[in-house]
Amino acid sequence: MEKNIRKNHEQKNHKNIRAIIECYEEIPCDPCEIACKYGAIIIGKPITNIPVLDMEKCTGCGLCIANCPGLAIFVVCENYTDTLGTVSLPFEFLPLPKKGQRVKTLNRNGQYVCRGEVVKVIETKSFDRTPVVTIAIPRNKVDEVRGIEIPKR
Amino acid sequence: MNNRIVEHPILGKIDDKEMVTIKVDGKKIKAKKGEMIIAALIANGIRINRYTLKKKEPRGIFCGIGQCTDCVMVVNGRINVRTCITPVVDGMVIQTQQGLESGRDKIE
Amino acid sequence: MNRWELIVIGSGPSGLTAAIEAAKNKVKVLLIDENIKAGGQLFKQIHKFFGSSAHYSGIRGINIGENLIKKAEEVGVKVLLNRIAIGLFKGKKVVVKQGLDNKGKNIDIFEADKIVIASGASENAIYFPGWTLPGIMSAGAVQTMINVHRVLPGKKILMIGSGNVGLIVSYQLIQAGAEVKAVIEALPKIGGYEVHADKIKRLGVPIYTSHTIVEAKGNLEVEEAVIAKVDKNWQTIPNTERIFKVDTISIAAGLKPLIKLVRMADCKCIYIPELGGWVPIHNKNMETTYSGIYVAGDVTGVEEANTALEEGRLAGIAVAESLGYLDKKIACNIKTEIWERLKDLRSGPFGENRFKAKNKIIREY
Repeated sequence: MEKNIRKNHEQKNHKNIRAIIECYEEIPCDPCEIACKYGAIIIGKPITNIPVLDMEKCTGCGLCIANCPGLAIFVVCENYTDTLGTVSLPFEFLPLPKKGQRVKTLNRNGQYVCRGEVVKVIETKSFDRTPVVTIAIPRNKVDEVRGIEIPKR
Repeated sequence: MNNRIVEHPILGKIDDKEMVTIKVDGKKIKAKKGEMIIAALIANGIRINRYTLKKKEPRGIFCGIGQCTDCVMVVNGRINVRTCITPVVDGMVIQTQQGLESGRDKIE
Repeated sequence: MNRWELIVIGSGPSGLTAAIEAAKNKVKVLLIDENIKAGGQLFKQIHKFFGSSAHYSGIRGINIGENLIKKAEEVGVKVLLNRIAIGLFKGKKVVVKQGLDNKGKNIDIFEADKIVIASGASENAIYFPGWTLPGIMSAGAVQTMINVHRVLPGKKILMIGSGNVGLIVSYQLIQAGAEVKAVIEALPKIGGYEVHADKIKRLGVPIYTSHTIVEAKGNLEVEEAVIAKVDKNWQTIPNTERIFKVDTISIAAGLKPLIKLVRMADCKCIYIPELGGWVPIHNKNMETTYSGIYVAGDVTGVEEANTALEEGRLAGIAVAESLGYLDKKIACNIKTEIWERLKDLRSGPFGENRFKAKNKIIREY
């Protein structure tokens, strides 16, 4: 997994906003390919192929985030501001954070990374109950932050 | 004690179904109309359904889909009722089953 | 009416698609299920399914269930719930008992030209000191409680088993507001998909591989679980014990096909561990060694909802064809397409054992 994560992060596009598909096993699954309206995700046949992201076509729109049944896709942006980047992630829990809320961010092992601020929360019918939350964090943390602590109800 | 999941990120808010009253070992508890007996019990923190014949050990739900019979209780005088697939009705009388309850079965 | 062209036993994903495909082709179909609601295990599956976008992927199991039940009604399937098939006899007679445990029951006898047995599978238990304490239950029971009945069976859970069921139910427990203290797995490697494991790792749930449960302790209900590391001979290693204060232990140790009706009809079976145990032998039409009796779904081998949906379709098409309602050539094309999709679903490192096992069944026919 470590090798794959490094490979993903070396691919930067000029907008510094990109989807990161943390899906590295051959499992029969292809909704991400269909979800991307820019054709930036390629699986093809057989559907066990590991998804490949075409950096040039990726706009960082985040449609893929909600459509991945494995919740394995994130969108990171490194230049939200001079000092801050953002990570957009799927969040299927209650309470759903609100825009402006300060949250504790977590890494892939659920360990605390840093505080972040929620800058956007998208819930639409097409996301089918998988809201996408965008958090602003120090830009050097965008490759690390992959979750937020669920606020107490 | 209320173990009901009132709000759920995928399933939404719990529906406002009518409540009924059932008796469990003499104690009145509230249940949602038509829910499985086991759901009403667990919602009220009751997880023991019966005691075994020889060693009188407690047993509770195992499979949840009517296959294993670990959850059986005496319901309205009837023994061996699988509480995981039997819905409640208002006024139902439920008792922790003790062993085989031989001679207790009431045939309607 | 007591005579039917097709009786489908079990209204889970495979029973529903079998009934739908047959009825779409004008077959008179009766679908029975022992539960008071149709849909089998679909209504516990609140997550989005994997698989091909061409067929149901990205859709939550609960919605697939709703859609199928609606479709079955639309195409004229007669659905009888709270009906348990207690016997299959010569002449394809299906004896059905109707009624809840707390009431008297009625018996009906139906006769069928064709039968599809879609009886599914049931969960395995594992045995350890204290395994019978209330609060220790199958992962499926946990899932039914939280997603169907909307009650929490407990607040602090230990999950045994890191296959997809264990990983998914752990995630759903957290969605329901419970705390999963740990997932333990006897094998040295996580059994399910990495993406499922990653979801719960991000929530801080530790996954202990090469660990087994040593004992569950508690007075009248479970209060504590003791786990320990195992060596390559499955023996616990001294001084590796960990104790978790839990009120619930969820066992996700695999399922076994429910083949009672299959055996009653004397259909030949074969023992295949990769598919959960004894499974019925069938041909490419999903027909068993008893002419006119078909099987589909988990009863033919424990796989997933996706494969169950497809196998049900196969059986439904094959029945329609054999009753003369569907042209052979058209049926052949549809079946070929379905087998292609099944091949896709059984490809990759997770599917290949099942693919080989299924081929073995067909060779044995």
